[in-house]
Amino acid sequence: MELGFLDRPHGAGGVRVTGAALVDELGYSLGCDRMHPTGAPVLTAPPGDAPASFLTEAFRGQDDHALKFLHGTTTLAFVFQGGVVVAVDSRASMGQYIGSGSVRKIIEINPYLLGTMAGGAADCSFWERDLGRRCRLYELRNKERISVAAASKLLANTVYGYKGMGLSMGTMITGWDKTGPNLFYVDNDGTRLKGHKFSVGSGSTYAYGVLDQGYHWDLTVEDALELGRRSIFHATHRDAASGGFINVYHVKEDGWVNISHEDSGMTKYYEYKAQSAAVDSTAMES
Amino acid sequence: MDPLLRPGHNAPHLPAAMGPGYADVFDRLSRQGGRVETTGTNALPTFDAHAGAKQASFQPYQNNGGSVVAVAGKDFCVVASDTRFGLGFAVPTRMISRNLVLNDKVVLATAGMQADTCTLHKVLRIRLDMYRQNHGKDMSLGAVSQLLSNTLYYKRFFPYYTFNVLGGVDENGEGFCYGYDAIGSHEKVKVVCTGSSQSLIQPVLDNQVDGKQMYDGQPVAELSLEQTVELVKDCFSSAGERDIYTVGLDGRGQPPLYVKILKLAFVLTSHPLRSKYTRSHFIQGQSPAVRDSQTTTDTYFT
Repeated sequence: MELGFLDRPHGAGGVRVTGAALVDELGYSLGCDRMHPTGAPVLTAPPGDAPASFLTEAFRGQDDHALKFLHGTTTLAFVFQGGVVVAVDSRASMGQYIGSGSVRKIIEINPYLLGTMAGGAADCSFWERDLGRRCRLYELRNKERISVAAASKLLANTVYGYKGMGLSMGTMITGWDKTGPNLFYVDNDGTRLKGHKFSVGSGSTYAYGVLDQGYHWDLTVEDALELGRRSIFHATHRDAASGGFINVYHVKEDGWVNISHEDSGMTKYYEYKAQSAAVDSTAMES
Repeated sequence: MDPLLRPGHNAPHLPAAMGPGYADVFDRLSRQGGRVETTGTNALPTFDAHAGAKQASFQPYQNNGGSVVAVAGKDFCVVASDTRFGLGFAVPTRMISRNLVLNDKVVLATAGMQADTCTLHKVLRIRLDMYRQNHGKDMSLGAVSQLLSNTLYYKRFFPYYTFNVLGGVDENGEGFCYGYDAIGSHEKVKVVCTGSSQSLIQPVLDNQVDGKQMYDGQPVAELSLEQTVELVKDCFSSAGERDIYTVGLDGRGQPPLYVKILKLAFVLTSHPLRSKYTRSHFIQGQSPAVRDSQTTTDTYFT
């Protein structure tokens, strides 16, 4: 059957507007020219034979701040009896400059899948958006939702294809599928790990400290959400590259819920300080 | 057929960037330069002009500076840019445009490298024309914002050296703007500045428009269109006093500043710089509504 018309839904002469066709009728390359058989866009490699150091070389001798991308983070996610808690900060730094204090680092891939953002903001948001598109295609083709394992593997395989070219991405893919709550860590090297508790980013060591000492499988939902929030708060307090707002999501059987969006500043500090003072005085009394 | 060959034209489309071979040419040139024998029978004549050319490297980028600002209001969006073209300490021209009017609801402003800016603007213009032909309508603000992000990311490994702000009014007539890094990370905001004066202007806009760092996070009164334009102009003139890559005032005390205002329908204006706010009002960090109600005597620029 002739299916060529699928490429030209609007019948416009010669201009293909779907899929990988981003070349106009004059043949001007308008961006991404190719797609991988898996359906992921294929990006042009940098010129030269050392892709990862291309930009460093190109900007040699120029101002240190000539080209900086958004970076810096604390993100965490953990599985417990009530599902998965995902908590993140919202700061993006470009070198010393705070590029934004209100980044949404929890990426809503679809109503059942969440991704987190650490490393290069553009790398994470582009590839996780692309992942969302491919998960939707999977759903349409197979009449069922993609598993978290498969979704995270799509992402891992994609970035593995760009290994050594300077992508920067440390992400957690989480969601609820047939097998229950799931959590995977995926990074730009192609690493993909299944686990129950991860924290990623410059503030992750601080977050792990709080998280590890407060974590139990049997945590109530309320306590688990607060543990995630508190871990992020202490990371923003000690890590200069983390800050802004604390965003918390809860992944449940019927999808994720956006729980809270709170300023990580001094108001939160005094709130926790008052709580620990109350604990101290109770301890002294008893 | 090579999809990059233009049908009906003999001129091939140049390969995206330079392949390994080209980079290698530079490499070999530099090595040759380093190995020229200066003594003995094979000695080649040396020239002072070549003496410094020890190392050649691929330098595809230059920073032409410039700052761009977008501030969104309830039913408008102001997009502004300066016009200085800087090159090191030289100023080859004081009058270039960094703005691209994409349609009557969306305006883009781009700082950074001028050649990349031109190319990016060309690509976007073509893509928006294609969309207009295919769909019989203009692309919405949200769609343009994603298109710009993808366009930047497609050159992830050889980026456009550009820093963009996109401003406009959405389908509901509400003003919004988007700030970008060079490879397409973007965020929908109410106020944004990128370019060489980003770190000078953005904190002031956060304070004056978003009410950041205001006592107790009290909500600030929304700025009117006129107030917004005045604020933006003040930001540029102040930044121009401290940043060599952002233009301040010209010889007649006028700012060569392009301000594009979107208010449901598109209006283009070029205002002379004139501030009615006093220095002390800025220092006190009062909200615009409070500022306006006071008598202003000590003006910034008269």
